[in-house]
Amino acid sequence: MKHATLGEWVLYGAVCAYLLALYALPSDVWLGFTINALIVTVLSIAWNITGGYGGQMSFGHAALFGTGAFVTAILQVRLGVNPWLAAPLAIAAAALVAGVIGALSFRYGLKGSYFALVTLAFAEVLRILASSFSITGGGQGILVPYKAGVENLQFASRVSTYTLALALVALGMLVTAWMQRSRFGAYLIAIRENEEAAKALGIDTFRTKVLAMVLSGAIAGTAGVAYLQTFLFVDSQIAYGASMSVEALLGPMIGGSGTLWGPLVGTLALHLLGESAKELVSGAPGLNLVLYGVVLLVILRYLPDGLVGLARRVRLPRRAPAASMKEAR
Amino acid sequence: MSALILPAMLGGLTTGAIYALVALGLTLIYGVLHIINFAHGSLLMLALYGVYFLHVWLGFDPYLAIPIIAPLFFVLGYALQRGVIAPFSGGKEQNVLLVTLALSIVFDNLALYFWTSNTRTVAVSYAYTMVEVGPAFIPLPKVIAFFAAMLCAAILWLVINRTRIGKAIRAVAIEKRGAQLVGIEVEQTYAVCFGIGTACVAVAACLLIPTFYVTPQVGYAFVLVAFTTVVLGGMGSFAGALVSGLLLGVIEALCGLFLGETLGQIGIFVAFILILLFRPAGLFGQRTA
Amino acid sequence: MLRVANVTKRFGGLVAVNDASLTLEQGRIVALIGPNGAGKTTLFAMIGGFLTPDAGSITFEGQEIAGLPPHAICRLGLTRTFQIVQPFAGLTVLENIAVGAHLHHRSRADALERARLVAEQVGMGRMLDQSAQSLTVAGRKRLELARALATEAKLLLLDEVMAGLIPSEIVEIVATIRQIRDSGVTILLIEHVMQAVMSLSEEAYVLNQGKMIAHGTPKQLVADPTVIEAYLGHGAAERLKGGAHA
Repeated sequence: MKHATLGEWVLYGAVCAYLLALYALPSDVWLGFTINALIVTVLSIAWNITGGYGGQMSFGHAALFGTGAFVTAILQVRLGVNPWLAAPLAIAAAALVAGVIGALSFRYGLKGSYFALVTLAFAEVLRILASSFSITGGGQGILVPYKAGVENLQFASRVSTYTLALALVALGMLVTAWMQRSRFGAYLIAIRENEEAAKALGIDTFRTKVLAMVLSGAIAGTAGVAYLQTFLFVDSQIAYGASMSVEALLGPMIGGSGTLWGPLVGTLALHLLGESAKELVSGAPGLNLVLYGVVLLVILRYLPDGLVGLARRVRLPRRAPAASMKEAR
Repeated sequence: MSALILPAMLGGLTTGAIYALVALGLTLIYGVLHIINFAHGSLLMLALYGVYFLHVWLGFDPYLAIPIIAPLFFVLGYALQRGVIAPFSGGKEQNVLLVTLALSIVFDNLALYFWTSNTRTVAVSYAYTMVEVGPAFIPLPKVIAFFAAMLCAAILWLVINRTRIGKAIRAVAIEKRGAQLVGIEVEQTYAVCFGIGTACVAVAACLLIPTFYVTPQVGYAFVLVAFTTVVLGGMGSFAGALVSGLLLGVIEALCGLFLGETLGQIGIFVAFILILLFRPAGLFGQRTA
Repeated sequence: MLRVANVTKRFGGLVAVNDASLTLEQGRIVALIGPNGAGKTTLFAMIGGFLTPDAGSITFEGQEIAGLPPHAICRLGLTRTFQIVQPFAGLTVLENIAVGAHLHHRSRADALERARLVAEQVGMGRMLDQSAQSLTVAGRKRLELARALATEAKLLLLDEVMAGLIPSEIVEIVATIRQIRDSGVTILLIEHVMQAVMSLSEEAYVLNQGKMIAHGTPKQLVADPTVIEAYLGHGAAERLKGGAHA
């Protein structure tokens, strides 16, 4: 692993300082806003595994997020299952959906834009199904009764919910960090860089990509569960709508795709920007999303490695030869 | 029930004609630039607003708006390709998808900001003039759109296969390097092609609006359908887009009839997934080795 | 060690490889030569599992491998390189080689350690942190070789590792390939640089228009009229002979 540069220290330090400052100055507005951003970050972390590290860009991560949210909601409301049991089942369901989508797509050699489109189509199919059947609440969605208490995985205080969201982000980043140092991660990156070469070097590319989808699905499902437990409501548009799929990829693209901190940095930056824009124009609908689109364009044009890539280039002037020594450690 | 099937299919054919119209521009852009233009639906939405405002402010009939809207959108498409898509994507396939996604986010939400999410319709006197077609009664504008789709496909085919610029477009589509070597300006040709594709979507908007509506999100509803049409018809094939557009319209109508209105579109997306998985060259395309 | 028996591959109407056979004994350096379009790379692709033969069998250490996927064949100890180099462009030299090393080393540290050793072996010890896309053509060819070697292959298929190199670089890479062989790795190579084939390989097969037309030591082959005709056209051997008499 390469050592972090000065710019990276500053960037990650600022993010951590902001996240911790909310404990010192708890404001319901800021907590609510950040909880939302953190749940999206978990989804972004999921996207980053397949899209960032694996190079398999999905336009349909809502399919996984939504499955997590809907399965836990259905289990709780329709079958009376305890949320602590419903959560792992929902996460497993999301991982399964991811595995099926991945296995089908990769078996038939879909990649690049075609993979993106087929994932989007899967999410749309699920959205239409969810809006048509009564088990998912049809057009109305599912409302989970508010019964605060640890045994119901619901928290009365925003600070507790915030801590849970923060812990999930930390867990997601730990999984990513583990992956970066593992053979699985090395294989995934190799596939992104050159799939033919990866095959020639003994990598079972199909298996590796499907596994990445399953892992990504589990994390996206976790985000869905966290969303449901926080807002206690889900409908087909929230769960499977295109905006969730877009949110999943915006964070990593802007923060730095295929980097550990990219999803968190990107999602937080984007949400802060969107929120400030909303304040400036007093809540006009759409303008924050216009900004998201513009930021994505600017990043694609000028910062292909995202904010993390920019931070990496900010370093203390120092002895260049030290680089090879560090690598040898 | 069987008495309903034929009318449903006829209705589906006219919906399908609209799908074909929207997909014609997309398939041209795909066939030549080899990029997937995710903003295609948003451009349709902008064109729908264009026709709407021409009608409301200046009293233009939607059909008479074609000679105004189409050239305007040609210029818009040309400028987008030259000014945004080409320079911002750096020529990478996946980046094009992201750039056009970003464009669609910007367009859709600008529309939301300026024009709100209200559903708007154009009230024309002939919207409910019914034409008796066999066992079904079909609104006149849909019948017009049906024949216009064929006319548009034919015109596009002629432009590409029988004109000088069409020759350049074909050359660039088949062999970019080679075309460059014989002095064809590739970037220019790409932009012209994108412009033509965008003008097509503007024509589709004019033909669509008498029986449809416009909201900022309307493009998204069309974008996947348009992709399905293009993939099913074989990327870059006008005749393929026409036939598959009609086919999808019928599939949607039949799914709606048998599974219920809300599930109608599911047939389209399932078809899309199956086609991508099993026949990525399209039903009418050749299998590549 | 490797037996290719009566293998055929067709693309539509074109027969790229037609009933070709070859055998390879352990510890040797064997060349596969032939004019452009003879089907050499197609044959390599079939041995490596990237294409499935339409007919014939390929056995590696007694096991049938025709039709197995590339990764499975690589795991048996048979690794190929690509004629058009395929680096992991965004990764460093060390990371590139480590991908190969991971095949037999699960832990990252072990894989990196192994990658360093291999890099030394092929003379890339000082380029470890360079990004793969910044390498010269010669560097990329070496990297291709290093990655394959890092899989601890028993048999390496080298597809034109010398193409595009200048003579001094060829001398270096020939020495490297010999060292690799001396460390116990069997080598089958496709090569156009005849000087390298002559000095490096102990035997060679000649493929022409998909058919295996000759087999022998390089010296025998350059004197073989069928081989000369394959390269220079029908009647060339006669004319050369005639020229020699005159």
